[in-house]
Amino acid sequence: MEILLNGTRVAVQPGQTIMQAADSAGVHVPRLCNYPQLKPSGACRLCVVQVKGARGLVAACTTPVAEGMEIETDSPTVADARRDVLDLLVSNHPLDCFHCEACGDCALQDYAYQYGIKEGSYDGARRQVEVDDRNPFFRIDYEKCVLCGICVRMCDEVMGYGAIDFAGRGFTTLVSTPYGVSLDDSACVFCGNCVQGCPVGALVPKSQVGAARAWEMKKVRSVCPYCGVGCAIDVHVKGNRIIKIEGAESPANHTMTCVKGRFGWEFVHHEDRLLKPLVRRADAPRGAVGREWFEEATWDEALAAAAAGIARVRDGVGPDAVAGLSSAKASNEENYLFQKLLRAAVGTNNVDHCARL
Amino acid sequence: MAERRGRILIGAGTCGLAAGAGAVWAAAERALTDLGLPDTPVIGVGCIGYCQEEPLLDVELDGQRFTYRRVKPDQVKRIIEKHLAGGQPVTELLLGECVDAPNPYPTLPFYAPQNRVATRNCGFIDPTSLSDYEARGGYMALRNALAKPPHDIVEAVKASGLRGRGGAGFPTGRKWELAAKSPGPHKFLICNADEGDPGAFMDRSILEGDPHAVIEGMVIGAYAIGADEGYIYCRAEYPLALERLRDAIEQARQKGYLGNNILGTAHSFHLHLKEGAGAFVCGEETALMASIEGRRGMPRPRPPYPAQAGLFALPSNINNVETLAAIAPIIRNGADWYAAMGTAGSKGTKVFALTGQVNRTGLAEVPMGISIREIVYDIGGGIPNDRELKAVQIGGPSGGCLPASLLDLPVDYESLQREGAIMGSGGMVVVDETTCMVDFARFFMAFCARESCGKCTPCREGTTRMLEILTRICDGNGTMADLDRLERLAGNVKITSLCGLGQSAPNPVLSSLKHFRHEFEAHIRDRRCPAGVCKNLISYRIEADKCTGCVLCARNCPVEAITGEKRKAHVIDPEICIKCGACFDVCKFDAVIRG
Repeated sequence: MEILLNGTRVAVQPGQTIMQAADSAGVHVPRLCNYPQLKPSGACRLCVVQVKGARGLVAACTTPVAEGMEIETDSPTVADARRDVLDLLVSNHPLDCFHCEACGDCALQDYAYQYGIKEGSYDGARRQVEVDDRNPFFRIDYEKCVLCGICVRMCDEVMGYGAIDFAGRGFTTLVSTPYGVSLDDSACVFCGNCVQGCPVGALVPKSQVGAARAWEMKKVRSVCPYCGVGCAIDVHVKGNRIIKIEGAESPANHTMTCVKGRFGWEFVHHEDRLLKPLVRRADAPRGAVGREWFEEATWDEALAAAAAGIARVRDGVGPDAVAGLSSAKASNEENYLFQKLLRAAVGTNNVDHCARL
Repeated sequence: MAERRGRILIGAGTCGLAAGAGAVWAAAERALTDLGLPDTPVIGVGCIGYCQEEPLLDVELDGQRFTYRRVKPDQVKRIIEKHLAGGQPVTELLLGECVDAPNPYPTLPFYAPQNRVATRNCGFIDPTSLSDYEARGGYMALRNALAKPPHDIVEAVKASGLRGRGGAGFPTGRKWELAAKSPGPHKFLICNADEGDPGAFMDRSILEGDPHAVIEGMVIGAYAIGADEGYIYCRAEYPLALERLRDAIEQARQKGYLGNNILGTAHSFHLHLKEGAGAFVCGEETALMASIEGRRGMPRPRPPYPAQAGLFALPSNINNVETLAAIAPIIRNGADWYAAMGTAGSKGTKVFALTGQVNRTGLAEVPMGISIREIVYDIGGGIPNDRELKAVQIGGPSGGCLPASLLDLPVDYESLQREGAIMGSGGMVVVDETTCMVDFARFFMAFCARESCGKCTPCREGTTRMLEILTRICDGNGTMADLDRLERLAGNVKITSLCGLGQSAPNPVLSSLKHFRHEFEAHIRDRRCPAGVCKNLISYRIEADKCTGCVLCARNCPVEAITGEKRKAHVIDPEICIKCGACFDVCKFDAVIRG
């Protein structure tokens, strides 16, 4: 199937949307409400394009291509309409990019830059709603919300929780929990995939607030240390400190994470975290806990002490007096070696695995 | 005195009840008891369309039907005593003598040009009685239809030229054809009874006055497209219509017109009633379906069209109340009969809700192609107080204002569209020189801004911005730059919005700018409201020569802004005056000048 895209013949697949066809052809059509994992909703209207013979402009994200379709993605009519739509959004958006956490990573800012919009030209009412930071993980700034609905659809289509939806009508429309209760009291599980999907600064992890600008952070690709699913994550770091974690594309998770993977990393920088092996002092009374009864050791010393302890029990009481419990945080290969150690070196089948974290 | 066979009919639609039909009804029951005629039936009929003259009480006697207008409860006993019992009509209270036919009152100017198809039974039958409906040929069309293959029904509706009466005007037969082609076995047929345009009430009137007409149209439609389940989505603000529908569905079910194996055939159709929750946008078909599904009523993009994936993602077909009410007559009388009415592109009849500054208001069903002039002057009786007609607003908040110079425009889909209005659901608001077109456009924009669902940017933000600009102009703070910006924004909201609400919300502004630009400019350039409506732009003063010092104005001024001695010229203090216009309205000597 062929279409005429900005005067160029382009081969397309039947069933593709105009946006998908344009993406494949390397033509970028502006968009705010489109998100790869979600069904297109046609809400933001930034992706409007001109199709010969169609009434008005059509949304590229929701309109399927048809044989011989003649499409203009940036004709004067399209550019003027798109600029006006952007203008409407900017006119109802705080222009505090100086201290907005999304600055440098904001679709609205990028398009305003591209279309030369310094400030909104429509003066009049502004959405005035207080920031909601009632939940422990992220901040909701309604004034920055562009009502693209990605958060709503993420929660509904991908997560299946439906904790939030649009409330109110027209100019006073807001994304809300039922009756505006705190997310804590809603169906929300704080997976935070809505936060990652937000194209502007309306949803920001609290760990990021005041901590780093978008361009200061380095993204380090890693694998979530929690359960066995093995979600790919991007650890955003500034210096040697984590600022936030986002899901990354992988067959296991397609950019999604759960609450632990995204927000459960405070232990990394916690003062109680062990950075070196500790060996129990010989004079420690039975049952004593607390750091004062341990002393720092090298890995060799620590492993030798552990091996000696296990060997003593094995030889003194018998191999079945020893049991091993492994962790899902370890890799498959490490877990294989661990059971091998218990069976071959210790001589017991007492080996198990938490598998549930 | 020989006993006469007669009955009393009372116009008891919502409009009639609002005008006091309830008290008239009670008075009639009382009078019949007092006069020893307790067995005489008193029937509450639906609205016959002449809302202006309600409450209406009809005496039906010996095959003749007489209508009494603006009946007061204390007149009822006299009417019944003299007319029903005595056989002598009370002529001074009469509206006219009615012939029981689709065209009632052939001698009354309000009815003479009408041709009632969708509203054929409204005002003639007891809407709570299935046998009344059947007595006038009800469900005959269904019997005819079920004897033919479904394809023939689709073809007949196609040939009739019937187009969707809800606003968009899509050919009904083609819609049915698409739905019929979609694979079954499970399909839906939905009736859109979420009538929401300000000033439009024909759907309510049909549902209240003849609910079986809609149900019969639905069963026929369901047979034609192969639907086995249906919904009537009716707004909760129509409690009487809902009650009538609930009862009618149950009656039809018991009589075998609904349910399994209708009239002994293989066709089954189960019909549900769903109440809306008060959102205008739920009249948009995709939002309507979302609402039935229990989700927030918000439109979604098409495709997929309802015929492919509609309600619960199954093939669905949505028709408006008035469209469905026209189906049975088309099947009964033939497509040619219907197609013979109207114009080349717009066949049949359309119900208009005639309101505003016109002498006779109400519902009028007329053949397509009739001129605006005929509707306003022949049916509507012209403008009260010999004022000048300024504009006719057609199509509600999605429609447009047409100026007096277009009075001879034929009312059909194509002509209206060409001039910037739309047929819409058939609201027709007549406006005279005392209406400010900027303020009028602002009214409709305020409605759209309030009813925008908030999903797409141009409608959500744009309607409010247009409203703000219009308000600025009305307040006398507008600039010529505002006018350009308004026009540009209106154009962009029209072409970029997701659904019909946003795409048509700019129509009142664009058509007003097209035909009444000078009024906008007067507000901006001259700081003057030519109609004398916009408070910031008018002032009141008293012309000393004309003032007789009758003190009527001073007595009616709510803020004591008018002073003066008796029998001497009075003066208005502009500092105190709130420009309510009370003095202007009460002055008998035209001494109060608005400027």
